Amino acid sequence: MSEQQVRSHAIDMSSVLRGKGSRNESNETCIKVENLNLFYGEKQALHGINMEMPKKKVTAYIGPSGCGKSTLLRCINRMNDLVDSAKIDGKILLNGENIYDKAVNVAALRRRVGMVFQKPNPFPKSIFENVAYGLRIQGINDKQILEETVENSLRGAALWDEMKDRLNDNALGMSGGQQQRLVIARAIAIEPEVLLLDEPASALDPISTLKIEELINELKEKYTIVIVTHNMQQAARVSDYTAFMYMGELIEMGTTSELFTNPVKKQTEDYITGRYG
Amino acid sequence: MIKLWFKSGAPWIWLNAAAVSTCMIMVIGVLGLITVRGVGHFWPSQVTQYTYQEEDNTSKIIIGEQVEKSVTPAQMAKATGHKMADNEDTLVQYLIKTGNRDLTGTDFIWIEERNVKAVSEPIDMMVVERREWGNFYGRLVEVKEDGKSIAIENEAWPVLQEKITKTLLLFKEIAHLEKKEIAGVNYGLERLRLKERKLELENHLDAAAKQQIAVEKSAYDVAYKQYQSQLANLYQNIRRDSLLAKTESGDTLEIPLFKIVRAFQPNAMSLLDKIVHYGVKVVEFLSDDPREANTEGGIFPAIFGTVMMVMMMSVIVTPFGVIAAVYLREYAKQGFTTRLIRIAVNNLAGVPSVVYGVFGLGFFVYILGGNIDQLFFPESAPAPVYGTPGLLWASITLALLTLPVVIVSTEEGLARIPSSIREGSLALGATKLETLWLTVLPMASPAMMTGLILAVARAAGEVAPLMLVGVVKLAPTLPLDGNFPFLHLDRKFMHLGFHIYDVGFQSPNVEAARPLVYATALLLVLVIIGLNLAAIVIRNNLREKYRALEG
Repeated sequence: MSEQQVRSHAIDMSSVLRGKGSRNESNETCIKVENLNLFYGEKQALHGINMEMPKKKVTAYIGPSGCGKSTLLRCINRMNDLVDSAKIDGKILLNGENIYDKAVNVAALRRRVGMVFQKPNPFPKSIFENVAYGLRIQGINDKQILEETVENSLRGAALWDEMKDRLNDNALGMSGGQQQRLVIARAIAIEPEVLLLDEPASALDPISTLKIEELINELKEKYTIVIVTHNMQQAARVSDYTAFMYMGELIEMGTTSELFTNPVKKQTEDYITGRYG
Repeated sequence: MIKLWFKSGAPWIWLNAAAVSTCMIMVIGVLGLITVRGVGHFWPSQVTQYTYQEEDNTSKIIIGEQVEKSVTPAQMAKATGHKMADNEDTLVQYLIKTGNRDLTGTDFIWIEERNVKAVSEPIDMMVVERREWGNFYGRLVEVKEDGKSIAIENEAWPVLQEKITKTLLLFKEIAHLEKKEIAGVNYGLERLRLKERKLELENHLDAAAKQQIAVEKSAYDVAYKQYQSQLANLYQNIRRDSLLAKTESGDTLEIPLFKIVRAFQPNAMSLLDKIVHYGVKVVEFLSDDPREANTEGGIFPAIFGTVMMVMMMSVIVTPFGVIAAVYLREYAKQGFTTRLIRIAVNNLAGVPSVVYGVFGLGFFVYILGGNIDQLFFPESAPAPVYGTPGLLWASITLALLTLPVVIVSTEEGLARIPSSIREGSLALGATKLETLWLTVLPMASPAMMTGLILAVARAAGEVAPLMLVGVVKLAPTLPLDGNFPFLHLDRKFMHLGFHIYDVGFQSPNVEAARPLVYATALLLVLVIIGLNLAAIVIRNNLREKYRALEG
């Protein structure tokens, strides 16, 4: 990607955000990606990404498979550190602080940036212990605090009413949709600032998907949410902003309504109208 | 037609089924043989009286239990020097256990069926199990106390039983005194001697220390003298009674009662009596010390030694193997070196076990043990403490032997844990170590148990390396007792596998010991099954608890 293109993206985005400013007062930037390149060995997976994600809004990444949207998402909580061959340059600022700074404690960062994965991955423990896991890691073992937090988190994930009598059951006995909401509860139990959702509904049936989407709508009151999705209708339903990525590049980003109704780039239009991807 | 049949796969299925059946038959055969041969040993068989005509037409009486029957074709019998009449097709011989080794010099004789003139099972035939010289077969004549006859003929039997019960109680008391109390005193005295020697070596043996030691020593001496007089008293009591018995040839023999384990009349016993007798014998076999060069009595020290050694080995090998596997799988950079290490570990599993024994003797016992003795136990020189084969070295050697299986199965277990679980934990702000401890290792614990099960199965059956690093034919004391520090890792121990070898091939009386070999083998199998079942139950519980995600 050429220098010029990068700059043009930045301009696109800033204009989009400026246009949005009038409609929404809290447009504070939460996450800012600056010139991010990511290589898997020799292969470059992300090309000079620049974007800003506003606070307490839902930002959706859409794009065809392998376009780098999950990779970008995993950069935000440094999950890509686990991949030996991954090399990253550029910056990601979380409330103005570069998370790729050498002084950053990765574990502490991940407490601030929670993540939910494509497939539900509860631990083979009780429902209670799953939700309490993050707290126990922080050394919180006070029974009262744990119980309160577990209840609040399960309520937050719309799971309390279903599960309040089964807290000691093994989490693996739950249905897929319940498991995914449990994982969300587990993530919000440690009160992160940002919630990253990596195709959270792709392994679920339509009813469970609907529940998750409703949940996202509620959660954005408290958290900045970034969601990766394959499903454009889902992006349109749940997100405030949408970024379209293609081949490791950010093609276009804007408010969801604008991007879907009036895309600037032809590639975006082609994708949205189903001509490829 | 045949072609079609082959195509249908039926012959292949038959072949598969045949292979499985053969395996099953072999397993059942092994277990069946040792069970039948071993379990029958304790049953009180009838004592038969044969009127036997020798080749030279002299007649004599033989008393004993029939142990075996052999049928030889006439031709073969002729070839081995037996005279055969023309109308005889086969030569039938019986192996009779006649006992009375002290009188006749043998326990067993072969007799030919054709020379047996009369067979009877007299009801008053008595079998006496003795502490020396094996069984005695004969008739009871009288019971004596202090050399004077107190009961004869018909009245003698109940009196004898009563006296034997009393004598056995005394015997138990003596054994307790000697093995517990006096052994404890001796152990204390030895520790005191070592303490004195240590102080002497360190030049700290001043008047006060000497005084202190002298005081302690005199306390032990007082206790010893007291036990000694008790013992003398008991010995006097126990030696008082004896029985007089008549053998088949009319000789009489006086047997002191303290040399008798039990006397019974199998021909007069009812089925219920026999069952009770059988039960008592089995319990004795499981809980008693061996007698008569291991061919009689129980094998408790061997059971104890086997279980103890396997447990020690498990305690050593599990943490060691798991830690090594965690490093290999979780922390080491995967590449040429790790591959090389894995190949080496896998090949270690193929090294013959006796090689480990040689290594254990050369490295652990002589080098490691020798140095430990020099550094920490200079006071007991020249007698070695750890510089000689013992329980600790045997356990470590077997731990080394079984290390590969634990490493391999733990690694497999770690590899099977889905990465989504690790990521889930890391995404909640856990460090790698916390993820490992809280999630990965618990989930891999069933695999670790599988490794342990395989290790136990291999270790419990191993004999060859143990002969070099700590197993003995007869250990005077158990590695666990009431004397501080209770667990004596430096002691030698007995082992069921070695016991089988020793009884079956090294004993002076192989014929008499053979049933015991089967019984011991059965027990060894049962012990291994028991240990394995325990581990399997634990593993299945863990599996249920940490059921991994599908896929």
